[in-house]
Amino acid sequence: MRKASRLSRFNIASLALGLAFLYLPILILVIYSFNASRLVTVWGGWSLRWYHEFFNDRAMIEAAWMSLRVAVSSATIATLLGTLAAVALSRGERFRGRTLFSGMLYAPLVMPEVITGLSLLLLFVALNAERGFWTVTIAHTTLTMCFVAVVVQSRLGSLDRSLEEAAMDLGCNPVRAFVAVTLPLIAPAIVAGWMLAFTLSLDDLVIASFTTGPGSATLPIRIYSEVRLGVKPEINAICTLVIALIALVIVIASLASKLSSSQGESAAPL
Amino acid sequence: MTDELPKTHGATGAADGDAVAAGQPLLRIEAVAKTFGTFRAVDGVSLDIKAGEFFALLGPSGCGKTTLLRMLAGFEAPDEGRILLGDKDIAQALPHERPINMMFQNYALFPHLSVRDNIAFGLKRAGMARADIATRVAEMVALVKLEGLEKRKPDQLSGGQRQRVALARALARRPQLLLLDEPLAALDKKLRESTQGELMELQRRLGMTFIIVTHDQEEAMTMASRIGVMKSGKLAQVASPRQLYEAPRSRWIAEFVGDVNLFDGESKLRDGHRLIIGTRDAGALVVAEPREPVGAGRLAVAIRPEKVKLSRHGPVSEAGRETAINRLDGVIADICYLGGTTTYKVKLDTGGTVQASVANNARIDVDAYSLNQHVVAWFTPDDCVVLQS
Repeated sequence: MRKASRLSRFNIASLALGLAFLYLPILILVIYSFNASRLVTVWGGWSLRWYHEFFNDRAMIEAAWMSLRVAVSSATIATLLGTLAAVALSRGERFRGRTLFSGMLYAPLVMPEVITGLSLLLLFVALNAERGFWTVTIAHTTLTMCFVAVVVQSRLGSLDRSLEEAAMDLGCNPVRAFVAVTLPLIAPAIVAGWMLAFTLSLDDLVIASFTTGPGSATLPIRIYSEVRLGVKPEINAICTLVIALIALVIVIASLASKLSSSQGESAAPL
Repeated sequence: MTDELPKTHGATGAADGDAVAAGQPLLRIEAVAKTFGTFRAVDGVSLDIKAGEFFALLGPSGCGKTTLLRMLAGFEAPDEGRILLGDKDIAQALPHERPINMMFQNYALFPHLSVRDNIAFGLKRAGMARADIATRVAEMVALVKLEGLEKRKPDQLSGGQRQRVALARALARRPQLLLLDEPLAALDKKLRESTQGELMELQRRLGMTFIIVTHDQEEAMTMASRIGVMKSGKLAQVASPRQLYEAPRSRWIAEFVGDVNLFDGESKLRDGHRLIIGTRDAGALVVAEPREPVGAGRLAVAIRPEKVKLSRHGPVSEAGRETAINRLDGVIADICYLGGTTTYKVKLDTGGTVQASVANNARIDVDAYSLNQHVVAWFTPDDCVVLQS
C-alpha cells in the first residue's frame, strides 16, 4: 500500500543526491575534525585532539575572538541603521531623492565585494585611519546594512498602515505609535536581520582582508592564511565550531520567526 | 420627530430652527478643501453636525467622503478651511490631540495585543489609573457583548467579534465624536443588518455623536438621522433620509439614492399650481409646481417606481383629480419578482419605459400581470419631482 506522501524512487534518489551534494563535504569536514591522525586525509581513529590544539592556539583564538567582536558590533550597528533606513523608505514622506537613496542603500547587495573592499581601503588610507577592529567593523556594517534594510522593509511593507493611525487616534504621538505598535510587530524581522548580518560578517573574507590591519586578523583571514601553508586538522575543528555556531543562530532565528508568525504573516525569510 | 417634507430643497432647512437655537453645533466644517497633486479630493465642504446626531456621509467611491473623514480624525490636514469642534479650530491638530476617535474600515486591531489590551490601549495613553482602566474595559466589553473573550488575540476572533472590539476600543475614551469608516463593509448581509440595529441602539443609549462613511445608500438610510451626499469632492445635498429620497435636489442624487424613472423634457404650460411638461418618452406630464422656480430649458421629471400604479383600465375616477392624473398606456415588457415586491417594466406606447414596483400583499395574486399584457401606468402630480437636468 502506498502512503499519503507518495515519493517515487526517482524522487528519493534525486533528493538524496541533492542533499549529499550540499552536505556531504560538510559532513566529511565534521567527521575529520575528530580524526586522531595528523594527516587530514588519513583516518586514525576518534579524538578531540584538534579541538584541544585549537583552544591552545593563541593566534587562532584571538582571531576567533576578533571575528566574534566584529560580527556582534557590526551586526548591531547595521541593524540599527538598516532599520532606520527601512522605516524612512517605507514610512517617511516622499522626500526628495528617495529613489536615489533606496538605490544607493541597496547597491552593496549587488556590488562585487572586491570593489567594496578596495574602495573602503582607499577611503581609510585617505583618512589615515589606523586599520584594525573599527575599520573592519565599519566595512562589515556597510556590507550588511542593506540586508537588514531589505528584511525589515519587507516586513514593514506587509504591515497595515492603519495600525499606526489607530495608535495615533488613541492618543499616541507618531514616535510613541511607532514604539508601541510598529516596533513589536517588526521585531522578528529586526532579529532576523541582526542574525543575517552576524553570519555575513562572521563569514566574510574578502572585505575583511582589505580593511584589516596587521595583528588584527579575523578568523576567515587566519584560516585562509593557514590553509595556504597546508590544511591542518585543526582547521576542521575550527570550521566545525563555526558551523555549530551558525546552526545555533539559524535555529534561534527560525524559532523567533515561528513565535511571531502567530502575530500575522510569517517573518521575513532568513 | 416630525419628518414633514419641506417644499424647499435647502440643505439645512429652517424646519430644525429649535435645535439651532438651543446651541451651536458640536462640529462645524467651514469651506474645507484638500488637494492631492492636481486632484481636488474635497472641494469646499461646509457642514454643521449637532451633538447627538447620527450623520452619514454617502457617496460613490472616490467622492472624497473618506478624505473628509480622515481630516476630521487628523490623518490629513486640510489645505483650506476650518474645522471647529466647539470653539476650537482643530484643522491642523494632530490625531492624538483631538477628542475624536475613529473606527477603521479594516478595524486596525493591534495583532500583538489581546482584546483587553486593545480596548485599554487608548486609556493607558490617557494616563488613567489601573483600577479605572479595568473598570472601563469591563464596561466596554459588556457593552459590545464580548464577555469571556478578553484574553483572545484578534486573529482568534470572528469578523463580527473583531468589529465589536474595534467599536469598543474607539468608544473606550468616550470621545466627543466617533467616526466610523465603512464599519460594516466586511460583514455578511445578515450580520450587517443586525449590527446596524445594534449601532443605532448604542448611539441612542450613549447619546453620542456618530459620523459614518458609507457607499451603501440603504445602510445610510437605515441608520442615519441626516445624510450628506457627496459627489466629486462637494456636498450635493444634506437632508434627512426621507427628504433625500422624496425630494432629491438633482438628477444625479435621484438616480444615486434608490431607483427612479426619469423623463427628460421641457416646461410647456402653467395651470394654477400645476406645470405641464412635455417629455420625449412619455408625452405631456402634469406635475406639482416646485417651490423653487424652475428656469426655462431642459427639465427632468422623476418618479419613484413604487409611486407608479398599474391597472388594467386606468385609474378609478377620483372627483376633481381626474384631469390632473398622468395616465400612460403600455404593455408589460419585463417582470422581476423580488419577494416583497414585484417590479414591472412597462413599455409605453409613446416610446419610453416606466418601472412600477407593486407590493405583493396577497400570497395568491390572481390579479398579477403577465408579459405583453396591456396596462395603464398612472401617478399623481404630487408624486413627481421636477429636476433641472
